[in-house]
Amino acid sequence: MQDPSARWEHYEHGADIGVRGFGATKEGAFEQAALALTAVLVDPDTVQPRERVALSCNAPDDELLLAEWLNALVYEMGTRRMVFGRFRVSVDGHQLSAEAWGEPTDVARHQPAVEVKGATYTTLRVAREESGTWVAQTVVDV
Amino acid sequence: MDLNLLQRRSDYEWEIPQRDAMRVPATIYASEALMREMDHKVYEQAVNVAVLPGIVRASYAMPDAHWGYGFPIGGVAAFDPDAGGVVSAGGVGFDISCGVRCLHTGLVRDDIMKVQRELASILFQRIPAGVGSTGAIRLNERDMDEMLAGGAKWAVDRGWGVPEDLERVEEQGQMKHAKPGNVSAQAKKRQRDEMGTLGSGNHYLELQEVTAIYDAGIAEVFGLKQGDIVVMIHCGSRGLGHQIGTEFLKHMAIAAAQYGLVLPDRELACAPIKSEVGAEYLGAMRAAINCALANRQILTHLVRRAFADVLPHARLTLLYDVSHNTCKVEQHRSDSGVRELYVHRKGATRAFGPGHPDIPEPLRAAGQPVLIGGSMGTASYVLAGTKESEALAFSSACHGAGRAMSRHKAMKTWSGRQLVDDLAARGILVKSPAMRGVAEEAPGAYKDVAAVVDAADAAGLARKVARAEPLICIKG
Repeated sequence: MQDPSARWEHYEHGADIGVRGFGATKEGAFEQAALALTAVLVDPDTVQPRERVALSCNAPDDELLLAEWLNALVYEMGTRRMVFGRFRVSVDGHQLSAEAWGEPTDVARHQPAVEVKGATYTTLRVAREESGTWVAQTVVDV
Repeated sequence: MDLNLLQRRSDYEWEIPQRDAMRVPATIYASEALMREMDHKVYEQAVNVAVLPGIVRASYAMPDAHWGYGFPIGGVAAFDPDAGGVVSAGGVGFDISCGVRCLHTGLVRDDIMKVQRELASILFQRIPAGVGSTGAIRLNERDMDEMLAGGAKWAVDRGWGVPEDLERVEEQGQMKHAKPGNVSAQAKKRQRDEMGTLGSGNHYLELQEVTAIYDAGIAEVFGLKQGDIVVMIHCGSRGLGHQIGTEFLKHMAIAAAQYGLVLPDRELACAPIKSEVGAEYLGAMRAAINCALANRQILTHLVRRAFADVLPHARLTLLYDVSHNTCKVEQHRSDSGVRELYVHRKGATRAFGPGHPDIPEPLRAAGQPVLIGGSMGTASYVLAGTKESEALAFSSACHGAGRAMSRHKAMKTWSGRQLVDDLAARGILVKSPAMRGVAEEAPGAYKDVAAVVDAADAAGLARKVARAEPLICIKG
């Protein structure tokens, strides 16, 4: 079912970029934050979901888990030389497992702007807002 | 930044007095104009660093300081291991040992302008640049460990350079006490295809013309004359360094409680120098320094090969190679005499003064060369370390222009193609695989590097020697 609160945005940080995802669930917010991460490099709409990659990571709390999730994607993008445009996340306690769909980076078509070095803990936040919408955000170093 | 929050010590020195949990004051070196433009987050982050255990003298910020993660970018802080001092992954940054290398070419502007297009094309072909680019060198496990222990020396031993190159690199091209065994399999995997690559973002390789000499005596020692052509390479430890930074940020954040560290913010994640996690990080971080040194050495080799095809009479020799994201053990004066301190420089350049034994002998009397990269299409500067810099900021100076505008805003403001055309009209050829990347790196998105360098000079952190302006820019 479509999640009407699902969306992502970037926010300003002097030298780097903030990525922020919203969703009806924590998992949904994590998926949207991942899309925001992709959008740092390329336009997510240009990414075709041709290959599926399974990922997992863990951390002692939700916020570190968000950073771990984004860093797991940075790692997969770096070592597979892929970009991802669709995500499915499930979180069980401290454990996150996910699937990401994407394709090998095509410099001519994707026009990748910049590599992401990693997710930082600057402005790191995972929370459920009063409206019930989950927000997941942090600054990524580029 | 609200200047009422600081005490002005001189025209270029601003102090945040010690208060609350701060163990030392914080000092920012900048002109009043740069201070007014500086992000308030630099104030907050400089204060937070002053809270960390074992910090000595002061938490410093350079004239190009801006909002970083944990430590400000342009931050300098030294810690005493015998006073509970810490080492911080965020205090070094993700791009460990990112730095600038400058090569003499023995050529002048006319030599380049005759072949500018051809040379730009061949450099762009030979230097892997941009997101996802790979180098021609593949390292097996053993090679990887040798590279991580050997740095630029390893690269020279492999034939990618000559032994004389090493004399002109910090640490003589090889960071000691590196522990390749402390580097995770993931970090090594991320580096597998990235040796001899430039990267993206603000990294570049430029051919520049020396367009001003400010100190003729030092310029002569450095071998720089008006009209000379130099090569500047700005890049770091690539995926390996980024992965080490990422992993240790988490290790340190989780281990902090175990070491009884109460941090004002998790992003200040650190560990005592004398702790298991601290020692592990130092070994891995030093291996990443070697990775960056090896990478810049391989890039030097690729540049030499490109020149050999187009301008075979050019002789490319090193002026110097500096790293501006490091933590290094150095002897410094403190209240209790000369001590061995762990000096973090995050977006700050080491700037040893004249006579320092770690400066290569032919340059020693002049002070260490300090290489300041500009943004795309703007000038770069060569400075020299001063005697007084030791007392001012543990012999440190600025590292670049520093961003004035976010990438997001830059992308909305400029078109990459238009920028390339505008720069071409000014005689600067820009080659890049991605026009969006060019837009995000627009010269106008950065602070005025000249103002930053003038402030560093006026504050006494380093002395201005020469300015160089680009003719060819290979942009990642």
